[in-house]
Amino acid sequence: MFGKKRVAVVGAGLTLFRRYMKETGREMCYEAAKMALDSAGLRLKDIESVAYGSAPDAFDGIHMKGENMTDGSGAWRKPFSRVYVGGGTGVFTADAGWWHVASGLFDTCLVVAEEKMSPCQPHPAQAFTTIFDPIMDRPHGTTLIWIFSLEMHRYMHVHGIKKEQIALVSVKNKRNALDHPCAQLGAKITVEDVLNSEIMCWPVQRLDISPTSDGAAAIVLASEDVAKKITDNPVWIDGVGWCIDSTYWTNRDLYYPDYVECAARMAYKMAGIKNPPKEIDVAEPYDPFDYKELHHMEGLLLCKKGEAPKLTEEGVTQRDGDLPINPSGGLLGVGNPIAAAGLMKVCEIFWQLRGEAGKRQVPGDPRTGLAQAWGDLMQYGSVIVMRR
Amino acid sequence: MTLEKISDPREIQHWPGHMETDYIYTLGIAGERFFQEIKKNGKIIGAKCKRCGIVYVPPRMYCERCFEKLDEWVNVGNRGTVYTYTLAHIDLNGNKLKEPTIYAMIKIDGTNGGLVHKLGDVDPEGVKIGMKVEAFLKPKEKREGSINDIRYFKPVK
Amino acid sequence: MSKKKIEECKWAGEEVKSADIREGKVLTVGYRPKAKYVWSTGIAMSRFLKELKNGKIIASTCNKCGRIMVPPRMFCEQCFKPTDGWTYVKDTATINTYSVSFIGGDASRLKEPIIVVVVDLDGASPGMGILHTMREIDWKKVKFGMKVKAVWKPEKERTGAITDIKYFKPL
Repeated sequence: MFGKKRVAVVGAGLTLFRRYMKETGREMCYEAAKMALDSAGLRLKDIESVAYGSAPDAFDGIHMKGENMTDGSGAWRKPFSRVYVGGGTGVFTADAGWWHVASGLFDTCLVVAEEKMSPCQPHPAQAFTTIFDPIMDRPHGTTLIWIFSLEMHRYMHVHGIKKEQIALVSVKNKRNALDHPCAQLGAKITVEDVLNSEIMCWPVQRLDISPTSDGAAAIVLASEDVAKKITDNPVWIDGVGWCIDSTYWTNRDLYYPDYVECAARMAYKMAGIKNPPKEIDVAEPYDPFDYKELHHMEGLLLCKKGEAPKLTEEGVTQRDGDLPINPSGGLLGVGNPIAAAGLMKVCEIFWQLRGEAGKRQVPGDPRTGLAQAWGDLMQYGSVIVMRR
Repeated sequence: MTLEKISDPREIQHWPGHMETDYIYTLGIAGERFFQEIKKNGKIIGAKCKRCGIVYVPPRMYCERCFEKLDEWVNVGNRGTVYTYTLAHIDLNGNKLKEPTIYAMIKIDGTNGGLVHKLGDVDPEGVKIGMKVEAFLKPKEKREGSINDIRYFKPVK
Repeated sequence: MSKKKIEECKWAGEEVKSADIREGKVLTVGYRPKAKYVWSTGIAMSRFLKELKNGKIIASTCNKCGRIMVPPRMFCEQCFKPTDGWTYVKDTATINTYSVSFIGGDASRLKEPIIVVVVDLDGASPGMGILHTMREIDWKKVKFGMKVKAVWKPEKERTGAITDIKYFKPL
């Protein structure tokens, strides 16, 4: 066991994910946090610390938004920390919550992730342009979609992957999302729909991309002694991992995410996992674009490099396949309020391992699950391994 | 190697830029109710937490202390007390204002909350902490559902 | 306090449509931050930009790992020590990856697509790419590994910016 105490997830909560929500960011934090507390049968006074995560302040349009979200995250007069690593935030916030309890400092930690992207006008894409280096990248009019499409194209080129193969991921995830009560874009689409959708930045087309969203997610963590009093069914966090690569993204070969492998190895070592494809029963890798699910499956060592499209074609990654991937519907189907999306995946693994995922439930009594998020300039990976 | 005594970043080799974005913020579940009440009825309302015995102004959807959802709304009246105040002589960019502006934190009577706003119809020398004030609103047809629907707070006569 | 099962939970969230906001059915507040910036270009990039004005591309070198790095940097991020020197690299390169953008930075549609490339510069260490654009070619004819060359602005129009190279074209 790493750390002073074993840590369990004992409750989870989620708001709807939608393009525009009436709630302020704080109110969304409250809704997710309250649902998580209720599901664990806890009151706010039982929470000793709060770990909160959200991605750029520029979306909500509130500088230092961590401070703004505190009371909605249950952090009134409590030890509070905000973590932020772009898209990797959602899973990393859960990792940060783990430190709070595993260190022995706190017996409970409420983990909240929130994103309100709708205030940013005319479109949140505008805020994304400021992540790029002002001297080397911005003068070209660089947008976020450029960098994804450059990576997607490189990945396709190195392994000889076709768009039809990648489109299968979008079809699968949007269909899975039809069974998620919070989903923004659950739909029955076909590979042809994806290939006929508007070309945004070749090879990226509209149906390859997840939407922008408002939403929040929360989980409650407890140390072993406390967890066993709260529930008969705790889900243990057995591995955490995170890793970042250099900012010089143009100096790296984008076909493979080394930093995701690095984070995965850290988490697998902690969890004692030696053969990930055999030992992981269900996985939620980060899928802001459909090719990303494949990219990350390989980075997570769930298959060989270049093999992920084949597994998808063979149905291995369907809910009833040998290695269900993104049974929730992922970001492509449920939505992408950046930080909340990552934590949504942790919630999904929690519900899957407890048999509480309803229509999305993966058969076969899964016992070990994994969630992963990715962020920044093709740079960052965060991983969490959970077990029942 | 350090550069000493540079206070203007334009004196060294630099790259200028700006980060331009517009924002449209929804007011939230509680905020929508609060400002609709000001817009339509010219009244300030608060939200009461029965368990903690607290009345929040501005009202909110949940109690930050016990984390219960709040659904009791109370009309708290438009009067308050000056809790603290300041006299601003310069604007956001450091330029001198034509006339100094008084900003105050006004505790609304009977609540645990308050609003930050301007004080008007009073000389700066006449302002005292503890002074009783009341909201002076724009006429109904000019109100938009914004904090500026209250023009300022002025002394109670 | 009773525990709520997941099936009993009501999923929270009140959606609004963009029409509701446009038509004022929901109250909103607007704001435009006026954020202007003056970034110091730093030790390494100051030289890089000066050399671009001269029509040259300069790299920094690290004696420990032996890399020749573009963009140049004051410290080697892998060895975590100061870089040791400067050397010029060529303005010819190979396409590492490319994409074709039909949308602008604010999600608006472009009339003419932009061919976006990451090009590995000749003379620098393998994989030392920079982001740029490509012209003088039909976007459907671009290939991975294609050889390209920089097209520079005339000397008097150069200001010391990455756009002193207008674009890359097929060699």
